[in-house]
Amino acid sequence: MIPEERPFVAPDKYHELEGVQKMLAACIQCGTCSGSCPNAFAMDVTPRTLWRMVLRGEKEAIFATRTFILCSSCYSCTLRCPRGLPLTEAMGALKQIASREGLAPYKASTRFYASFLDSVRRHGRVREGEMMSLYFMSMKNPLLPLQFASLGMKLMLKGKVGAPFPTRGKRPLEALFNKVMQLEKNP
Amino acid sequence: MKYFYYPGCSLEGTAQEYSLSTTALLAALGGEIEELPDWNCCGATAAESVSRLLCLALPARNLALAEKAVPGQDILVPCSACYLNMRRAWDKVRHDPATRSQINQTLEEEGLAVSGSTKVRHLLDVLCLDFGADAVFKRLQRSLAGLVVAPYYGCQCLRPYPVFDDPEAPSCMEPLIQATGAKVHPWSMGAVCCGASHMTTKKEVGLALVGEILDDAKGADVIVTVCPMCQMNLEAHQKKISRQRGKDLSISILYLPQLLGMALGLPEKDLGLKLNLGIAPGFMEKLRSPLMASKTKKADAA
Ligand code: SF4
Ligand code: SF4
Repeated sequence: MIPEERPFVAPDKYHELEGVQKMLAACIQCGTCSGSCPNAFAMDVTPRTLWRMVLRGEKEAIFATRTFILCSSCYSCTLRCPRGLPLTEAMGALKQIASREGLAPYKASTRFYASFLDSVRRHGRVREGEMMSLYFMSMKNPLLPLQFASLGMKLMLKGKVGAPFPTRGKRPLEALFNKVMQLEKNP
Repeated sequence: MKYFYYPGCSLEGTAQEYSLSTTALLAALGGEIEELPDWNCCGATAAESVSRLLCLALPARNLALAEKAVPGQDILVPCSACYLNMRRAWDKVRHDPATRSQINQTLEEEGLAVSGSTKVRHLLDVLCLDFGADAVFKRLQRSLAGLVVAPYYGCQCLRPYPVFDDPEAPSCMEPLIQATGAKVHPWSMGAVCCGASHMTTKKEVGLALVGEILDDAKGADVIVTVCPMCQMNLEAHQKKISRQRGKDLSISILYLPQLLGMALGLPEKDLGLKLNLGIAPGFMEKLRSPLMASKTKKADAA
């Protein structure tokens, strides 16, 4: 599931940005989205500016920001945008491109998504312990688990997380996952 | 009132106490629930960040299972992220025929199909609209007078689908809290984002968002939540945030049904109160105010 790591979007994949441009076509650059965003303080580029980059097709610039990966899907901007644009969905579409392309700057997030879905694909439900160890393995950073050690301990003591090892099972969602991948390739 | 119960993955693991207390509270209020057989993960926020279709197909499978098992029976969902995913799938199935047909192709091999005939309801929606504060008040066994409660709604139970309350300034928890005798903490952070999965992948940002929420809760005895992700973010990092901000921001965090369950005199074990990660010293003593004498007698006689 986890794609090879790449520094840039492959040039032939840029057409995917057209879908996002369509979502934003009616933007009037009022800035309500930026003013509503709880994560704006941590973004290098505000949502309003990001939308302008998208509309102008500034691809390299878009995938050099951390703006969309910092979207926590709170839907405040979507609800308040005076043009009624699907802004959270647009942030999601950019995350999807970063995930599919395995873009290096976003791997802390995209590998987490991938590990989560890997666990879901194995069992139909996510197993939190297993998901975290898949994540640690994919990040190949031996120090990373330490950041989570104290919370992991607390959860273990309360009997809230199970085995941290990937286990085999009957893979109940295999057909669904395969069909999704097939349809997204040739819609 | 009978519902399909969709616990979702967190409620089987890190949020067991939310599942225990939801089940116990609904039973006490006279609601009937039946776990949705063979349910699968809704995709959480991971699926929407990877694939548009996957993030619709995963929750749609659950809708299809419910439609097949008992047509017309609502699905009750306590986790806000699961709720949003299921609600979005339902919305697309009903209003976007092209997407519906794609979704149904992903379900075909299992012999399932989705039409959008089954409604998805958040636990808070059901508590407020199907039962209401009266139902709590009538069954009160223990007054929580003296407690100040900060209602935390988070994002996804009301945004982007504002089905049962105002998504900018929600207030539907207030009558439920007041019915227990407790006071509502006046604050402005009830619907502000906790950062969701930032706590795992962009910790500094998550800590900053949660810090603002904990800070505004000063003066309250407890924050109540209706989502396992909000709960974990608010309860698990208080020491670190207090250290960063140079002040004590520790505060008890309960799931709403745990608080209401205590007011209804339900056994602490049934509410999973030992499983919470964030209970401030002295809080349990406050929460365990004596059961009401007259009510206890009435209950014994009945
Ligand atoms: S709120 Fe909407 S119209 Fe205004 S800048 Fe943001 S996207 Fe554009
Ligand atoms: S949905 Fe994302 S971009 Fe929009 S306000 Fe919330 S965090 Fe910011």
